[in-house]
Amino acid sequence: MVTIENLTFAFKKNPPLFNQLNLKLEKGNTYGLFGLNGAGKTTLLNLISGMLFPDSGECLIHEAPARERLPKVLSDLFILPEQFELPKMDALKYIDIQAPFYPGFDFETISLILTEFQIDTGKNLTELSYGQRKKFMIAFALASNASLLLLDEPTNGLDIPSKSQFRKIMAAADLDNRCVVISTHQVRDLNTLIDRVTLLHSGTIIFDQTLKSISDKLSFIKLKTDETRSSLYSEDTLGGQFAICLKDPADEETLIDLELLFNGVIQQPEPFNRVFQNGGVL
Amino acid sequence: MNFNENRPIYLQIIDFFCDQIMTKEWQTGDRIPSVREIAVQMEVNPNTAIRAFHDLQEEGVLYNQRGVGYFVEEKAFEIVKEKKRREFINNKLPHIFKDMDQLDFTIDDFKIAYQKNSSGQ
Repeated sequence: MVTIENLTFAFKKNPPLFNQLNLKLEKGNTYGLFGLNGAGKTTLLNLISGMLFPDSGECLIHEAPARERLPKVLSDLFILPEQFELPKMDALKYIDIQAPFYPGFDFETISLILTEFQIDTGKNLTELSYGQRKKFMIAFALASNASLLLLDEPTNGLDIPSKSQFRKIMAAADLDNRCVVISTHQVRDLNTLIDRVTLLHSGTIIFDQTLKSISDKLSFIKLKTDETRSSLYSEDTLGGQFAICLKDPADEETLIDLELLFNGVIQQPEPFNRVFQNGGVL
Repeated sequence: MNFNENRPIYLQIIDFFCDQIMTKEWQTGDRIPSVREIAVQMEVNPNTAIRAFHDLQEEGVLYNQRGVGYFVEEKAFEIVKEKKRREFINNKLPHIFKDMDQLDFTIDDFKIAYQKNSSGQ
């Protein structure tokens, strides 16, 4: 669905933020786009949605360059920025005006989600709290039925019950024919929703694997002080280490610790990528 | 939904299904919740939930009626019981034995504790 080829991009006068970045996004997947603060997660989403233009290289959406902002591309793409302004009108009026831009817009879905989120559709959007506005836009994004959904930190600003509602709504949404990219550093909020981990660091994608292949190839275990087992990465904890090891065929599958994986790959991506290139051998 | 321990979510879903079958909450021929219902309840990506259904289908615990849903197989109880027995012997017993050794808790102590527990019920 999205093909990014040798993309280079810099903000004026700054050194390039992205250097020869390559990435393919396919439908049927929910990508977790992770990166340190300032890694360029938001900028990448803005390049995919055509709001920024690459200096060189290309970002193609169904073979059309994103920078051309073709109506057929934009009507099938929805980006939910982390910060946004909404006009002074109520939710229903907003839907009335904006929905026609999305041919597949599903009015039933949005009313279901707004009810679930308990959004007052009679109030002016400007009078809603940040979290309420965010939830309104999440509802709109899902109801748009756009096949490419870019969500920038969607759970930022949501209260605790709303985060759970968000996960339920995402789990219930029919995403088989859609490609969802969720950029976040809130690993714990979203780790159950994504099925692919995409890591942005130092200007490129340093890691991009499905959760299935990660749990097939790696074990996330706590090693006690007296246990010796070679690991790709480990962090000290009380009475031992949290470690990422090559999965032994005898190991039962373990729960992926995304924070540990993130820290490990950021520190040294090569050993991790070798594991996935050579079918699980260091 | 809270996720416990260090088990992948799809295995936790399998554990839940097996418990439902062992407690006879779900019996042969019963229709079980859909992939979507389980995904929403657990707040997980439906692809994760579907793995649990597929695995149990392969093991002969569930069967799928296209367009209708998933149902409990005739031999589900026996298969799950055998599977749970194996898990108990391979995964849980070694820990129990280790604790028994460390605490000087003998087989006889174990027998007495077991009998006390059974008569108490």
